This record gives sequence, structure tokens and C-alpha cells, in this order.
Amino acid sequence: MNIRAQRRVLPGFGLTMGITVLYLSLIVLIPLATLPVRTMTMSWAAFRDTITDPRVVASYRLSLGASLAAASVNAVFGALVAWVLARYSFPGRRIVDALIDLPFALPTAVAGIVLTTLYAPNGWLGAPLAKYGISVAFTPLGVTVALIFIGLPFVVRTLQPVIEDLDPEVEEAATSLGASRAGVLFRIILPNLFPAWLTGFALAFARAVGEYGSVVFISGNMPMRTEISPLLIVTKLEQYDYPGATAIAVVMLAISFVLLLAINGLQSWARRRVAP
Amino acid sequence: MVRWGITAVALGFVALFLVVPLVAVFAEAFAKGFGAYRAAIVEPDAVAALKLTLLAAGVAVPLNVLFGVAAGWAIGKFQFRGRHLLLTLIDLPFAVSPVISGLVFVLLFGRRGWLGPWMIDHGLQIVFAVPGIILATIFVSFPFVAREVIPIMEAIGTEEEEAARVLGAGGLQLFFRVTLPNIKWGLLYGVILANARAMGEFGAVSVVSGHIRGLTNTLPLHVEILYNEYNAQAAFAVASLLGCLAIVTLVLKAIVEARVERSARAAAHAAIEVMPWESKSAV
Repeated sequence: MNIRAQRRVLPGFGLTMGITVLYLSLIVLIPLATLPVRTMTMSWAAFRDTITDPRVVASYRLSLGASLAAASVNAVFGALVAWVLARYSFPGRRIVDALIDLPFALPTAVAGIVLTTLYAPNGWLGAPLAKYGISVAFTPLGVTVALIFIGLPFVVRTLQPVIEDLDPEVEEAATSLGASRAGVLFRIILPNLFPAWLTGFALAFARAVGEYGSVVFISGNMPMRTEISPLLIVTKLEQYDYPGATAIAVVMLAISFVLLLAINGLQSWARRRVAP
Repeated sequence: MVRWGITAVALGFVALFLVVPLVAVFAEAFAKGFGAYRAAIVEPDAVAALKLTLLAAGVAVPLNVLFGVAAGWAIGKFQFRGRHLLLTLIDLPFAVSPVISGLVFVLLFGRRGWLGPWMIDHGLQIVFAVPGIILATIFVSFPFVAREVIPIMEAIGTEEEEAARVLGAGGLQLFFRVTLPNIKWGLLYGVILANARAMGEFGAVSVVSGHIRGLTNTLPLHVEILYNEYNAQAAFAVASLLGCLAIVTLVLKAIVEARVERSARAAAHAAIEVMPWESKSAV
């Protein structure tokens, strides 16, 4: 009843809903629908051969492996950054806080060329590392470095508000009741942060799997070694192999959907955990 | 002690992964002096790329604002079936790899695409031309405004609009006098994010552009071409323009964020004050 009364009072539902659905369909849904539809026109054997080609399989391994490594690094260091920003005050805290979103604001191509230059064997960071025999640019490690850059804000921005909502008094109470520092960390802080932490990890991972701009420069794009899956889509397109590009894209789209579902599930879990 | 240790590690990580790259962009841009920097920026291809970037963002952002406000009104102010699904669908462009965002438009409008052959016969070139770049830009910056506006519209509720309606306000008057003042900071926040993505997009635009110098090159694509031609200094000079865009975005974002929080608190405060009185008078 309440809903009906609302509809009668406020105008414009039909108009705005119409615009929303029309625009969403034209810009997002119909274009995306071409992918599965186009795949249907391929024979199953051709589809299977494309997506199980050794070079393509190597690219999944790199894309997923480097994304997992980068998301893990961000899960550790991003959590520390979020903790420091939420709990401690120090000079320049607001500048650091604003800077966390740099990977969102800096175009990925710029991130790509600057990371490549920094980590090249003669770069600011690459030269000292080369002395220890570590090469970053044009190796899977370089891909991981670019993905760490891209994923950092996801972990920090998911954890920061949750840490701000944690009540330090609970930790103080536990300490005064004799809990050790490790006890407080493992019994109180981490269980409370866990859902948000996992969500941040999943968001960083999902973003990394599809990332293109920041990676293609630093990866060097050697077949079987440092080619990521999005790059193979571009390569196939440049050879006018539309079915091949579509097949790989469908696999990646499927991975994205699984991650999207997982993230939605995690987020509602996190909300339930936070709600009193 | 532990506190200083944690702070040092966290700030060290931020310095290594965020500060050093940002500083390096500008250091490399001026590596050969100011003259070389200026030359790279005023070169005709760079200017053409800048113009195309401004055009793409200039079309994409206003369209996405219209959509975001419409979606905010429909989804934020009304309850209906399938609301949750609609919210998920709006987020889709975030979940998709930028390369796939470009690919779908090639599949639709390319020479071997669905509509491509027919459109090319009729003199309409979408992919490997400016319209394709604009379409891809709209796609990747699609959710930003809607995502900011929908939760704000929802949080503010419908009481104020209903009151204005009962007092005789028309639809547009209602929107501009009541709704817009409430959502303006959130809307601006969405515009800042959408604009940064629209101007900086690389993957999707790269797939649909065809890389025709002076014609279908945006700034990020121009950076790529210069870099691949081993003209690193010029690449970084153009990249530094995008670096400035990033810095301006971060500063505006920080300012507007504070405003959004303040107005959200004020709205929540006002809602608490108004509601008990209203529920009584409604009975």
C-alpha cells in the first residue's frame, strides 16, 4: 500500500525507468550479448581448440597466477595501510589518504610506461635489483608489480571503513583482561575484519584478471611466458580472428561472472557480520 | 614501538608503489629540459589526441550523468521487482575486462561484425573511427555516476519530494528545487570519477581505435605510440598531462568527499528531526 501511495505522489517513474532500461540495454546489455551469441555460431570443436591452445592456457596461468600473487601482496600491505590510515595520526595523513586512489585516477597506460621505465634493468628501481640478479620488467614478476599497483586501493578502501568502525575499547578490555597482543589480533581484530578483507582481496583479484593497459608495457609480451589473456584477445583481433578473440573473451567473461557472484556474496556476508 | 613499525612499513609501501611512479612520470617528462617537453605537447598529433580525448569525455560524461540521475530516481526513490538485478547489471562494465569492452563494439560494428557491413555500405564508419571511441568511452565510464547517485537518493528518501508535490510543485521544479540540491555533491563526485576514467581509458579505446595518428588517437593511445617508437621523453611529456589530470582528480575527490559526508550527515540529522512529527500528522 505504501508503495502505491508513493507512486501516486512522486512523478516520473515510468520516464526515468524507461531511460534507465533503454540506455542500459543499448550501451551495455546488447553489446555484451554479442559475445555469447557469436560463440554459438562457432563449432564446439573450434571453440574447444581455441580455448585449450597451449599458448592460451599459458596466458590463463599467468593472468590468474600473477593476479593471485598481486592480490595476496595487497591483502597484507593494503591491510597495514588501511590500519595506519584508520587508527594512527601522523603528518601528511590526509595526503597519503588521497594518494591511495592514484591507481584509479592515473590512466593505466601512464602507469604501464612509468612502471616499465622504473623497473627496466637501467631504471631507478630496476638497476639496484639487477645487481642482486632480480629482473622485474619483461618477466612475470613485472606483471605482478603492475597488478599490485592497480589493486592496492580496492583492499585499502574496503578495509578502512570497517577498521574505523572497530571499537578500540573492546581491544583495551581484552588487554586489561589479560589478552596478549597476538591474542587481541587473532581473536578480536582479524575475525571482525575477515569478511571485508576477503572482499577487498576478491575485488583486487577481479580487477587484476582483466587488466590490460598497465600490464602490456611491463610484460614484454613473450608467447608462452609473459602474455596475459586480454593481450591474446587483442592479438587475435589484430589478425582479424574474430572467433578466436570471442572464444577467449567468453572464458574471461565467465571468470568475471564467477568473481562478481563471489564478491556479491562476500559483501552481503560482510554486511550481515557488521549489522548488530 | 609496534605502531611506528607498522606505520613505517605501510608508508614505505605507499612510497614505493604510488609516490615513486608519480614522481617518475614528471621526472622523465622533463628529462630533456623544458624545450623538449613543450615541443612534445604542442606537436599537432598530440594536440589532435588531446582534442579527441576532450570530445570523447565531453560526450560520455554528460550522457552518463543523464542516465545516472534517471537511474537514481527510478531505483533510489521507488521499490519494484528486479531492483537488485538492475543494480547488478549497472555494475557490469566494472566487471568486464577493458579489452572485452572494446571487443563487443568491434563484433557489432566491425567490417566482419553484425551491423558493420550494412553500416559501412551506408557510409557509417563506427569502429576504427571517432564514434567507436566515444561508444567505448561511454561503456567504461557508464556506472560511475549512477553508483554514486542511487544510494544517496535512496538514503535521503522521498519525504521532501512528497511534501513539495503536495504543495503543488511540478516535476521539473521538484527535481531542480528539491532533489538536485540534495544530490549535487554525490553527483559531482560521480562526474569526477567518470571523467577520470573517460579521459584515461586505454584498453577499450585501443581495441576500437585502429590507431590512426591525428584521427583516432586519444591521449593515452598517443602515449603508447610514442613509447613504442622509443621516444620515451615525448611519451612521458604527454603522460604528464594525464598525470596532472590524476592529481586534479585526487584533489577534487578529497574536497568533494568531505562535502558528501557532511551533506549525508545533515540529511540523516534532518530525517530524524522531521520523521516523528510527520508520522504523527499523517495519522
